[in-house]
Amino acid sequence: MDYGEALESDLIAQEWLKSKNRSFGHFINGKFTKPKKTFKTFNPANGDVLANISKGDTTDVVSAIKAATTAQKKWSSLYPHDRAKYLYAIARIIQKNSRLLSVLETLENGKSIRETRDIDVPLVVRHFYHHAGWAEIIDEEFSNYEPVGVVAQIIPWNFPLLMLSWKIAPALAAGNCVVLKPAEYTSLTALYFSQICEMAQLPKGVVNIITGDGETGENLIKHNSINKIAFTGSTEVGRRIRKATAGKDKKVTFELGGKSPFIIFDDADIDSAIEGLVDAIWLNQGEVCCAGSRLLVQENIYEIVKKKIIARIKKLRVGNPLDKSIDMGAIINKSQLNKIENMVEISRGEGANIFQAEINCNEKGCFYPPTLISNVESSMEIVREEIFGPVLVMLTFRTPSEAVEISNNTQYGLAASIWTENINLALDMAPKIKAGVIWINSSNIFDAAVGFGGYRESGFGREGGKEGIFEYLKPKESQYVRQTTALKKSRKIKKSTVLKIDETRKFFIGGSQVRPDSGYSKKIFDIYGGFVTEVGIGNRKDIRDGVEAALKAVSWSTTTSHNRSQVIYYLAENFSKRKDEFSTYLENLTSEHDIDIQVENSIKNLFYYAAWSDKLDGIVHQAPIKANTLAINEPIGVIAILCSDYMPFLSFVTVLGLAISQGNRVVIIPSEKNPLTCLDFFQVIETSDIPDGVVNIISGNHDELGEVLSKHNGIDAIWCFGEKNKFKNIEALSISNLKQTLTFEGKRIDWSNPKSPILKEILRKSVQVKNIWIPYGE
Amino acid sequence: MAQILKHHLLNDLRNQGLPYDEHLFIDKKVNTSAVERRCATVTKRRSVKKVSQAAWLLKAISCIDLTTLSGDDTPGRVKRLCAKARSPIKRSIVDALQVRDLNLQVGAVCVYHDMVKEARNSLRGSEIPVAAVSTGFPAGLTPFKLKVLEIHESVAAGAEEIDVVISRQHVLNANWKKLYDEVKEYKSACGKSHLKTILATGELGTLRNVAKASWVCMMAGADFIKTSTGKENINATLPVTLVMLRAIRDYYELTGHKVGYKPAGGISKAKDALNYLIIVNEELGRAWLNPKLFRFGASSLLSDIERQLDFYITGQYSAFNRHGLS
Repeated sequence: MDYGEALESDLIAQEWLKSKNRSFGHFINGKFTKPKKTFKTFNPANGDVLANISKGDTTDVVSAIKAATTAQKKWSSLYPHDRAKYLYAIARIIQKNSRLLSVLETLENGKSIRETRDIDVPLVVRHFYHHAGWAEIIDEEFSNYEPVGVVAQIIPWNFPLLMLSWKIAPALAAGNCVVLKPAEYTSLTALYFSQICEMAQLPKGVVNIITGDGETGENLIKHNSINKIAFTGSTEVGRRIRKATAGKDKKVTFELGGKSPFIIFDDADIDSAIEGLVDAIWLNQGEVCCAGSRLLVQENIYEIVKKKIIARIKKLRVGNPLDKSIDMGAIINKSQLNKIENMVEISRGEGANIFQAEINCNEKGCFYPPTLISNVESSMEIVREEIFGPVLVMLTFRTPSEAVEISNNTQYGLAASIWTENINLALDMAPKIKAGVIWINSSNIFDAAVGFGGYRESGFGREGGKEGIFEYLKPKESQYVRQTTALKKSRKIKKSTVLKIDETRKFFIGGSQVRPDSGYSKKIFDIYGGFVTEVGIGNRKDIRDGVEAALKAVSWSTTTSHNRSQVIYYLAENFSKRKDEFSTYLENLTSEHDIDIQVENSIKNLFYYAAWSDKLDGIVHQAPIKANTLAINEPIGVIAILCSDYMPFLSFVTVLGLAISQGNRVVIIPSEKNPLTCLDFFQVIETSDIPDGVVNIISGNHDELGEVLSKHNGIDAIWCFGEKNKFKNIEALSISNLKQTLTFEGKRIDWSNPKSPILKEILRKSVQVKNIWIPYGE
Repeated sequence: MAQILKHHLLNDLRNQGLPYDEHLFIDKKVNTSAVERRCATVTKRRSVKKVSQAAWLLKAISCIDLTTLSGDDTPGRVKRLCAKARSPIKRSIVDALQVRDLNLQVGAVCVYHDMVKEARNSLRGSEIPVAAVSTGFPAGLTPFKLKVLEIHESVAAGAEEIDVVISRQHVLNANWKKLYDEVKEYKSACGKSHLKTILATGELGTLRNVAKASWVCMMAGADFIKTSTGKENINATLPVTLVMLRAIRDYYELTGHKVGYKPAGGISKAKDALNYLIIVNEELGRAWLNPKLFRFGASSLLSDIERQLDFYITGQYSAFNRHGLS
């Protein structure tokens, strides 16, 4: 007695392909172009050619971007309700063609029909419905924001249609037009989606689909008219995109690779955990960025867990993905298959213990058995690198803190799965693991209402939920200070008395005053040309020490927000006692007027961020399953800040207060022109109970220090409020650990008003959202 | 090797039970939401169609405990049920499927004690056992002495299987030892007859209680663990099934004894039957797809399966009035 074959028919899908002569152009400006420069797309389960796909060249890219740019104005000025109607129609039409889309996806991707039918396509539909809702209420919920403009979207081959929906739905809801490039191996459902756009009578140019390979993608992202790039794919390609677009004022969101831990404690429901593991690593052949590919098992249950996994693997059915009784289909292509094989074989050579189920599949197809690798160490490549295949590595831990340590011992930070019946343990672990998504007693569950995205080199930005909408908006341009309104002193000020005693300005690192490593100083003159004092010129080693100190000050990130706010209030209090002294200095050091007001505003802004310390609360998302999902705001970690020359002191204090209010530690470089009063600020910090290392102040040349900071792999984000020519380097140089970057094209921010949308946006960027899925039920 | 040999030798033996040992079950964890997710997907991961489906449905029939447990049961009613038990599907279907050699029959006929005699008579000449519900079925709140006596009476009347109800109060108050002693007593009263313990899962409150009660019953020597009487508000469900199957699997791993599983109550559609067979096959394996180790407690299920088989043969949807009553 076995299951026999239960084949889903591909008749309708094949007929559709035939009706298109198995040959596709691009979808540009509401029309399909004639196929040209085509390449073949295959069914990975049997090697059959499915269709010929056009490779987009520069001309195609340019005309698609042009179409999107032209459509942008009208689309973004539609009433929200009208945009919502289109998204609603798209959701409906997808639903009405759900089986065809499922089959088409399975044919081209190789994943099982069960997954496309029960997981991918229903989530796609849900995504468009959910975002039809955001389109409807976007004006009231994001009143100070406007669409970013034309968006280039590049998606991977592992969830072709789902990734399309994650990209297109929020972009359209927020009033943007898009040019989307599907992965070269999986274009068909995107092309069918083009047809759905036609059926929904979406205005031409709002959605453009360009097919092609990496070169097509490169042409797309480099184009000047692109305002934002949304990319899902490998960390390596993410780095290349970041580099190629650095300094071009393009908003970027990345959803990249991962090596996510799957942690089983000894008090877990082990059988359920093992089913969770099936969802974690054998969903979609393990070709999942957030796959739970690193299994961490508490040492005392190692044997039983291993035995149960092996028993479970033997039950997995691998084969024709159109068969409804299949757990795992085909790997996307031969080269991916080879990559998986190589990595596993290397680990075998290194002494790893490999268990693989026996599979019996079509030899023309790309199949790989579910694999469990044990006897491995955390230094091995197989444990550290993303495999993107059905391969699980198994490690042990002894205590919760060791589980955290091993979990975080990776450059990635996409997801984690924690299995325990102890809610205290689960909720203690969740904040400690550096990952954007935490699944408690569950794995690989997704929803349109819940943000998805990573920490560290797994990317930045979120897709889904309210946090995802922000990524397709920007604060209204009108909120910046116009450059032309130069701030000149309106009154002549008397030259102040020159200070008699020689003054030494040191850096402030790890809570101590530190002499510049270089031994060089720079003279500071007042606006009348009088010598004031010398400030140190910081170098690489000062930065190194500053970051080191900031990294150690972890307790600031984990202390209570109430405590943080108390400290910042105290900082403001102490500063207010000395404001006249700072005002007097500043009067002579800057040509800006209203210095008293700037200093007064510094105090006000510290109060403002002390207030926000314990109020930037997360939210509870309601996904349509029995789970509460906590979207909590966590500090980014260590932020490097290059301060503005404009309102040098007010901007310094404001951004400092903002960053530390949310639990970040900073290495802050004051204005190059006007560092003096900022360096003096350490005196206030020292008296205000701010723990050592939370604030580190180093002055010096922004270009030089900016480069060191950008390249430093211990820094999580870098913010640059400096001039236009500086941020290009910062974006390009920060690719090594894919720091979150904030640059403002040298645009001037009104630092006196922290309520302005721009500063609110920076406050939002001072945290990252971690979504913790907490299923319930008894 | 010794372990393997032990398993091999014990495989076909009835469950001998284990001495009472709380450590074996007291810390059992069951994560309800994860169990629900597994149940929601396991039946979508497998699909049986066409000839395979027909084969699976025949298997389902062979695993049915064809049941009547009503206050208005009479010898005449039981006689009709037994006739259906002997030839569960009409001859034209048997012939069309070319399965006459299988001599297809249901797994057992399940009745109250008073009907055991009639059932025995009606089934004479077949190999179909009679199962008697017992121990103050369905609530189990009659005097313990009488409950044991009831088993003896049914065994004496020829019931080869005894479906007992456990005292839910022992589970709800965590008096596990009392539960163990009670079931152990029932087992000894059963003698050669097989003991099926009905947990009444719908009244146990939590899936953890279901897991623990399953363990205690198996330790006390149950040959089958069964979900429900069919009289509770909630009867057999897939989540309860998953928890009980996992307990059976772990018990087998530990002792080498294969304990049987019987979901009962509310299983009335062929599709439901297939889902149960699939989950048993996935969680326990092919060995359990066998009336010795798996039964459905059902009354109307058979008619629906028969209609589905008819459809398989004719390509036309059938109607209930075209098939014999059970």
